[in-house]
Amino acid sequence: MTDPVLTFTDRGIYCPAGDFYIDPWRPVDRALITHGHADHARPGHGRYLATHAALPVMRHRLGDITAEGIAYGETRQIGGANVSFHPAGHLPGSAQIRIEVDGYVWVASGDYKTTDDGFCEPYEPVRCHSFITECTFGLPVFTWEPQAKVAEEINAWWQTCVAEGKTALLGAYSLGKAQRLLSLLDPIGPILTHGAVEATNEILRTQGYALPETIHVTPDLDVKAQKGALVLAPPSALGSQWARRFRNPSTSFASGWMRIRGIRRRRGMDRGFVLSDHADWPGLQEAIKATGAETVYATHGYTEIFSKWLKEEGYDAHVLQTEFGDDGQSEEAV
Amino acid sequence: MKRFTRLFTTLDQTTKTTLKTKALAEYFITAPDEDKLWCIALFSGRRPKRAINATELRNLAAEQARIPLWLFEESYPIVGDLAETISLVLPPPTRDSDLPLSRWIEQLRAMTGLPLDERKAQILDAWDQLDTAERFVFTKLVTGGFRIGISRKLMTRALAQATDQDEAALALKLMGNWTPETTSYHDLIEKDDPRADGSRPYPFYLAYQLESEAKNLGPPADWQAEWKWDGIRGQLILRDGEHHLWSRGEELLTDRFPEFERAPDFLPDGTVFDGELLAWDDGPLPFATLQPRITRKTVSKKLLRDAPVSLLAYDLLEIGGDDIRHLPLKERRQCLETMLENAPPDSPVRLSPKLDFESWDALADTRATARTHRAEGLMLKRCDAPYLAGRKKGDWWKWKLDPLTVDAVMIYAQQGHGRRANLFTDFTFAVWNGNELTPFTKAYSGLSDSEFEEITRWVRRNTLQRFGPVRQVKPEHVFEIAFEGIQESPRHKSGIALRFPRMSRWRRDKPVNEANSLNDLKSLLKLYG
Repeated sequence: MTDPVLTFTDRGIYCPAGDFYIDPWRPVDRALITHGHADHARPGHGRYLATHAALPVMRHRLGDITAEGIAYGETRQIGGANVSFHPAGHLPGSAQIRIEVDGYVWVASGDYKTTDDGFCEPYEPVRCHSFITECTFGLPVFTWEPQAKVAEEINAWWQTCVAEGKTALLGAYSLGKAQRLLSLLDPIGPILTHGAVEATNEILRTQGYALPETIHVTPDLDVKAQKGALVLAPPSALGSQWARRFRNPSTSFASGWMRIRGIRRRRGMDRGFVLSDHADWPGLQEAIKATGAETVYATHGYTEIFSKWLKEEGYDAHVLQTEFGDDGQSEEAV
Repeated sequence: MKRFTRLFTTLDQTTKTTLKTKALAEYFITAPDEDKLWCIALFSGRRPKRAINATELRNLAAEQARIPLWLFEESYPIVGDLAETISLVLPPPTRDSDLPLSRWIEQLRAMTGLPLDERKAQILDAWDQLDTAERFVFTKLVTGGFRIGISRKLMTRALAQATDQDEAALALKLMGNWTPETTSYHDLIEKDDPRADGSRPYPFYLAYQLESEAKNLGPPADWQAEWKWDGIRGQLILRDGEHHLWSRGEELLTDRFPEFERAPDFLPDGTVFDGELLAWDDGPLPFATLQPRITRKTVSKKLLRDAPVSLLAYDLLEIGGDDIRHLPLKERRQCLETMLENAPPDSPVRLSPKLDFESWDALADTRATARTHRAEGLMLKRCDAPYLAGRKKGDWWKWKLDPLTVDAVMIYAQQGHGRRANLFTDFTFAVWNGNELTPFTKAYSGLSDSEFEEITRWVRRNTLQRFGPVRQVKPEHVFEIAFEGIQESPRHKSGIALRFPRMSRWRRDKPVNEANSLNDLKSLLKLYG
């Protein structure tokens, strides 16, 4: 038996043949990054490698980093390993990382969703021997409705807000989910954005992602003049002083967690839309099957339950302890 | 079912009372009568019987979802509700239908008595024609549990709006022993005969806890003081030669308390008492003595002997068949005292004494002795106030004793249910017994949402061991536990049981070794047990 392609250390997932880490959570010399969310792209590494599409947001968030871009599908040799990045469908620029050493292929999927959202680069299955999968929503209670149906619900809610003279406040994580939502909104009224969302919008627009027109909420913007507006902001901003400027608000939140009534109610929002950038239960099964992998490492979510299920399905499945997400509902993980 | 599910979803989506009332009122205007009646029944705690037991239902759902039972069981605590878990794991329906709510409930009721296979087939058939939200509502009905945070008061208000009736009059109509099988929407709501059902109680008048100092209430002479008993609130009704006993939760308790069978022998017909049910033998017995009398539906001779019950009457609501709630308290009290004057010494209905007092300071001294009278504190009632319906401020106040407290160490944690699913909210606490921590109580309430979220994150990182859903955590956090009473209990490892324990404070300032000891609890037991 040859040495494993990837090993698991207290700094993160490590490739001995290439002497690099994937999404490490402590500072390392060389980091390959799947996507720009803060639990995957952390500051302090010597060198970064990520897709061309993921880099601009990472630079914005991490500041002055030494980083190199790579195209989807391009193979690069690092030490004794051949690596390539493949679309993960999680958000613009997100990738699964394929590592091949001596004919053995491993894929670290980062976060992924299998359905095409019409906005970011759609997920592509990659054949491998060992697959590291997230399982944020790795329970059979998590199945997503088609995106078109959720979009219809969101637009209907906005329409109702307009008819009732309310401001529609939609909470969504500022990188990824917010832009995906923008691509789903009907032209019902003006779209106002929180600074965190707008900063990402600008970067993605420059990269050529098609986004509708948005208005950045600045202190001198007269929000009362924006009749029938929808406001897009990170969920934490909705309960803050910042949101008080919007009169008669109807609040909502778009996340996979909104599938669960208890969580929906605890959020205390008027509406919860079930929309996730992670694979649902059927999506995870389908993805794992498509890789052809015999060994599966479950990380990020209901790992114990999910790996037990995979074992029963005949996989050589293991739990992988990482510091992605927060065993639950961090803002990044929605 | 679609209309009712829409109502349910609307109620569930908003936290605003006005929107809930509006949605309910709209339902009461637009739904068919049979559905309205069931809606009223469901929101006033009159649920259809369980059509199948929970174990069979879980098996059926897991089978239909093609997942192993263990995976279903793992999902359940994360969702926090059985019916919801089922509605989420099932494959999408293959058909669509829109039978009215009452038809579905009729079908459920017809199911009892059918062979299990037949019941299973009917449930599967139903799941296959309902969408996720409808399935949730339907499965809630199947499991016999239907609590969704709509108070009866809110429902009554909406119904009053929809039917243009007085809310209090309507509340009276909704009380009593009816079910949708024994009445119709017209007879219950629209007909003008609130006393058609002789067993019907009046809505209870409920007091708030006193908010400021008692002396701010004005001259002592305007107020009547009584013990606040630690029993269960009850209404005893004597009408048409029969007697009926109701709890405040509107449970008909008549059969559980045969003591009152002889009340009509010496008390006049057309009388309604309000009071407290207490285990009583020449004086009040501990609440724990009353407990088995509340839970057990059949009463053995031994239990009757060990735990005799009396009603400590403190108000009179009806006399000679006339509603006297509008009279001032001092007049009602007069009638009450006259009525009980000639009752035999062993009467199960006793007068709850008035506590005379000259000044608020003197009354405060009386209050301080409440525990020795097995009372929780005092009730203050304005002498010229009528008997109102529901919880109202101003005329009645609870002036409870401050709770007893101990500082205890959290040692086990478990996730909550429903709104608190995915949060660790159910904790077990321990006190020092030498060098060991002995568990003595559980507590679920008292922390804010953000404190629960903080402790949840901590529990996830500091779990020592898992026992199913229970996690043993590092003994690191001290909480002040407040409680209303303490009793001996051979069933518990610590030998004691607390009444109404809750977390009153997170003692971040206290190191674990400064938590209280079992000996401290035993001294409290000696004083107040």
